[in-house]
Amino acid sequence: MRDSRWHGRLALGLLLAPALLWLGALIVLPHVDLAVLSFRERTGPRVYTPSLAQYKTFFAEPLYWHVFVRTAIMSVIATFLTLLLAFPIAWIIAKLARGRAGSLLFIICLIPFWVSETVRTLGWMILLRESGVLPALLVKLGLTAVPVELLYRDATILVGLVYTSLLFMVVPLVSSLESLDNSLIEAAYDLGAGGFSILRTIVIPHAAPGITAGCIVVFMLTLGNYLTPTLLGGKNSQWFTEQIYTQFITRFNWEQGAAFGFLLLGLSTALVMLGLRASGQRFGDVMRRT
Amino acid sequence: MSTPDLVADAVVKRFADHVAVDSLSFTVERGSFFSILGPSGCGKTTLLRMIAGFIAPDSGDIAIGGKSMQGVAPNRRPVNMVFQQLALFPMMSVGENVAFGLARRGMGRAERVKRSIAMLERVGLGSAADKRVDELSGGQRQRVAIARSLVLEPTLLLLDEPLGALDLKLREHMKIELKQLQASFGTTFVYITHDQSEALVLSDHVGVMSHGRFEQLGTPQDLYYRPQTPFVAGFVGANNRIVGRTTETDGAVAEIATTDGWVVRALKSGAIATGDAVEVFVRPEVAILARSAAELPPGQPHHAGDVQSVLFDGANSAVLLQEARSRREFRIALPQTGQFSDLKPQEKVMFSFDPSRAVCFPARTGA
Repeated sequence: MRDSRWHGRLALGLLLAPALLWLGALIVLPHVDLAVLSFRERTGPRVYTPSLAQYKTFFAEPLYWHVFVRTAIMSVIATFLTLLLAFPIAWIIAKLARGRAGSLLFIICLIPFWVSETVRTLGWMILLRESGVLPALLVKLGLTAVPVELLYRDATILVGLVYTSLLFMVVPLVSSLESLDNSLIEAAYDLGAGGFSILRTIVIPHAAPGITAGCIVVFMLTLGNYLTPTLLGGKNSQWFTEQIYTQFITRFNWEQGAAFGFLLLGLSTALVMLGLRASGQRFGDVMRRT
Repeated sequence: MSTPDLVADAVVKRFADHVAVDSLSFTVERGSFFSILGPSGCGKTTLLRMIAGFIAPDSGDIAIGGKSMQGVAPNRRPVNMVFQQLALFPMMSVGENVAFGLARRGMGRAERVKRSIAMLERVGLGSAADKRVDELSGGQRQRVAIARSLVLEPTLLLLDEPLGALDLKLREHMKIELKQLQASFGTTFVYITHDQSEALVLSDHVGVMSHGRFEQLGTPQDLYYRPQTPFVAGFVGANNRIVGRTTETDGAVAEIATTDGWVVRALKSGAIATGDAVEVFVRPEVAILARSAAELPPGQPHHAGDVQSVLFDGANSAVLLQEARSRREFRIALPQTGQFSDLKPQEKVMFSFDPSRAVCFPARTGA
């Protein structure tokens, strides 16, 4: 009896070992090291003393926290836009398309992800740059007199981010909408509800865990995205991950970079918690139900 | 005579390869309990969904409370539906479920709560308003689903096999409760079911449906005692079916012989000439069982048989016989006197039935 329990634990331990190893060696350890880095200051060649100087710099330098807030706001907007766009798509896949059509639509959403993000983003650049396809088309249609530079704008960054994130919103939404019993919608309709009222009282409450899960994933991906804002936004992008990159690679100031990294982690955690609180959900429920 | 609550006029609905509802016309009087009884796939769900407005008829018209419902969306019809799986909203409390329709009509919160509590009290769930739907038992959910519809005071309440998901005991109980609810609210109920016992117990009128048409429309007693088609005779209640050809058709009663030589007599229904193929139906309770011919009522043709098995089921006990000559199965209800409680398989018995209480129809083609 006792033996078998011990065996059970051993089996569980062995099964979990790869995941724990991954978590420990690749996530916890580097973060501990980064945390140590972020709380010290270089006072001389190869001389470091513990200090809060890195965090003080962040608050003292308007550029840094300005970029920080901007990144947060843009990410929230991108997440919201992704939700708005993904919801009808997920609704069509889950409720309207039948059988093969549904899987086909799903594959259409998936196909862009076979191409690497870099190549996809470069594709956007080919379309949008001043000498690119879209500006030329606008001139041809007589909508603009001269080709307009469509890159390096906030809207362009948002388009790129939404495009990159769409699938991660569609997947949890489809699974939560598929589990919605059609007779509930019919019952609401029968009891006098109109389309908007059904959406508000039946569909959204049912899909809430899926919506929350999708928003969390998309928000985190967007906040931590480096490639899309850098390529589509150029110098104007002012994305916080660029600041981290600059500190680590260009300025070789690892202490400052580490502190920025932790500030970003804190930001994403705080905003996710805020979102969960606002929508009245618990993290565990959301993860379990999706 | 007041306007009927529901009038269907030559309603047709076709799906790609078959006709689901085939030019159906009927009327449901105010305050009555009307059932549509039929096997699955007979088109009864399609018909109900057309009344509710979820699908539109290809032709014909449905009028509710004297108004044509053509082009009227389900949320604008004076009709509410109790769904097969009930479709209570799990994201809301019981009280919110009942108040849902009132809220959609723009009723204020206080009035809404008052009315939904009053309605829940009428169905015996006054204290359940704050409970979650999954805290209720099957029967309580049933009552909430009905309360949620009735609180809107619809002209017509549609019920789509609402008892199908319940276990037998609860189903029997809910049958009685439904009938009492209908009587106390006086709302017109249109009920669809494949269970003939539900239809017979509950309804004032029943339409027996098959292949998109009504085989017969009448009171439960009509359907049971005076079936007009072989389908109704076979579908409503238990019945012994004997297939044969008529050998003599003078008068109201015909004589029928099966291919294996069993001769029975039954009342003619429809045009039947000598030599026609017919189906004879004899109810198990019409036949009289005896151990010897002398005990049988005089004047009725006697038949002999062997007991095949005794089907004990309390008040519904029956015995399954094999007729002596044809070896065909024949079911007879056992009297409640306990007279045959010692009946054993293989035992030889006699039986007879009043030919005027048996009925024969021209055989259905392909049956």
